Amino acid sequence: MTDFAIQTQGLRKEFGAHLAVADLWLQVPRGEVFGFLGPNGAGKTTSIKMLLGLVAPTSGNATLLGAPLGDRGARARIGFLPEHFRFHDCLTARELLRLHGRLQGVRGGPLERRIDGLLARVDLSDVGDLSLRQFSKGMLQRAGLAQALIADPDLVFLDEPTSGLDPLGRRLVRELIEELRHRGTTVFLNSHLLGEVEATCDRVIFVKQGSVVHGMSLTEPERIVSAELRIGRLDDATLDGLQAFGRDIRVTGGAVTLRVDSEAVMPDIARWLVGQGIAIHAMGTRRKSLEEWFIEVMGEDQRPG
Amino acid sequence: MFTLLTIMQLAFLEMRRRRIVQAALACGAACLAVFAVAIYLLHHFHHPARTQSLLQIRIFLQLQTLAGLYAVNLLTVTVAVMLPVDAISGEIASGVMQTLASKPVRRAEIVLGKWLVHWLMIAAYTAIMVVGIVLEMRLITGFSQAHVLTAVGLMTLQGTVLLSVVLAGGARLTTVANGMIAFGFYSVAVVGGWIEQIGAMMGDSGARYIGTAISLLSPTDALWRRALYLLEPPMMSQVSMSPLSRVSVPSVAMIWWAVAFAVGALALSAIWFEKRAL
Repeated sequence: MTDFAIQTQGLRKEFGAHLAVADLWLQVPRGEVFGFLGPNGAGKTTSIKMLLGLVAPTSGNATLLGAPLGDRGARARIGFLPEHFRFHDCLTARELLRLHGRLQGVRGGPLERRIDGLLARVDLSDVGDLSLRQFSKGMLQRAGLAQALIADPDLVFLDEPTSGLDPLGRRLVRELIEELRHRGTTVFLNSHLLGEVEATCDRVIFVKQGSVVHGMSLTEPERIVSAELRIGRLDDATLDGLQAFGRDIRVTGGAVTLRVDSEAVMPDIARWLVGQGIAIHAMGTRRKSLEEWFIEVMGEDQRPG
Repeated sequence: MFTLLTIMQLAFLEMRRRRIVQAALACGAACLAVFAVAIYLLHHFHHPARTQSLLQIRIFLQLQTLAGLYAVNLLTVTVAVMLPVDAISGEIASGVMQTLASKPVRRAEIVLGKWLVHWLMIAAYTAIMVVGIVLEMRLITGFSQAHVLTAVGLMTLQGTVLLSVVLAGGARLTTVANGMIAFGFYSVAVVGGWIEQIGAMMGDSGARYIGTAISLLSPTDALWRRALYLLEPPMMSQVSMSPLSRVSVPSVAMIWWAVAFAVGALALSAIWFEKRAL
């Protein structure tokens, strides 16, 4: 039986007449880096808030780390970076981390050592005793990240963690997520930067109007391979013959593309083409980007967010 | 308990770093300074006529003390409303509360922690200001005010009622709406007090009952009127000798009602905040 860090059953949230989340079913295994994708207004942030007890669901239920929603023991093992991280800007970064560490049950020497380690990790050691109001947006975001990790959590929710960060900051976030993966921490990542998601996540799901519409693994090698061929003959017989190796065959600008199950099929295609006496000018494979998937799954009719 | 103390520490640090405490103390110090100068000038340059009796002089000094305490009461009301007005609603609006409430903390602990720190501030402020006025009168004129501690207690209870009401409002309303309702809540009590006084003076029991009913809905001004009753010598209040004198005096039961009201409003703020989507 799989041990899930997050499991939801039909979570639903209505704000008056407005339906924010329709019917959310999720299963996130422990240790997975999980991407939660969808257009603006798809209910992603409301879903995260329901999981963290910030918003009460209208119906449905869920467990986090095996405990029901709101369980304080489980919350002590959860880290959270909100979409727009704000905190009392009269505090210093060190005071911020100390406060959050205490609220999560970490105290004394271990807390101080953890604060020093995290400030160094997010490159804020030299400004740890400065007031947060003196911080740039990127520095605040990094302080927020450290805050989310202060209790060495088993599950971390990162809502747009790269918001406000420059390329170096984004790389830092990627590295932190990689470190969390190695430690076996479950990461729930909500980001509009699909390149970041593609580079870090094991699996993603797409939500639309508060329901999961598609889910896919980003770790399986054969997940989204399309073969691209530039060949000497493009008649119906050739295209019919290629159907034995893949599907969704399209001819665009003198090139043939078809979806194949894996890259292993490419030598077979090459052998068949040579056997048919068809010249091969170029052939290769391309993985469909997450952005292409996003547009395909969500549909072109989405209003830009 | 540790969580509660951490919340209290945060609330106190915030008040101190945002210079709210300093601003309140500066206003209070200015008020005490102006009062001291005024009393000094009155006492040293306005010599009572030879015809004035000791009783008349004493009444004159009593009126000056009550005027000072009346100003302190207004300041206490202002502090009790302004200090906590954005303690909850402001943090909800800014998003600060999301990070805090996602921690293993009961929301009631957040409310209680903030309430305790603000209550300590209001109580300390009221005590400092009342004692300040009384001491100034004593040092400058030699006038000694009775029932000071009881007055401090009643005025602090008035601030406590307002604090609880403001925190409850903060759990449901925006900061501006909350502030307006809190001052409205206090103003209604003042008007209710007038209706009760006028009813008592004119022997109109209907008006008096309406005033009492309003005091039950907003028992703030009733506490000040009870404090005035104790601060004035019995002879003065019996003949309504000062403009602040009261014909109808709120009962001891009203004090207990105010305590229950404050506790109820605090409980309501915890319940409302528990249900609030953040």
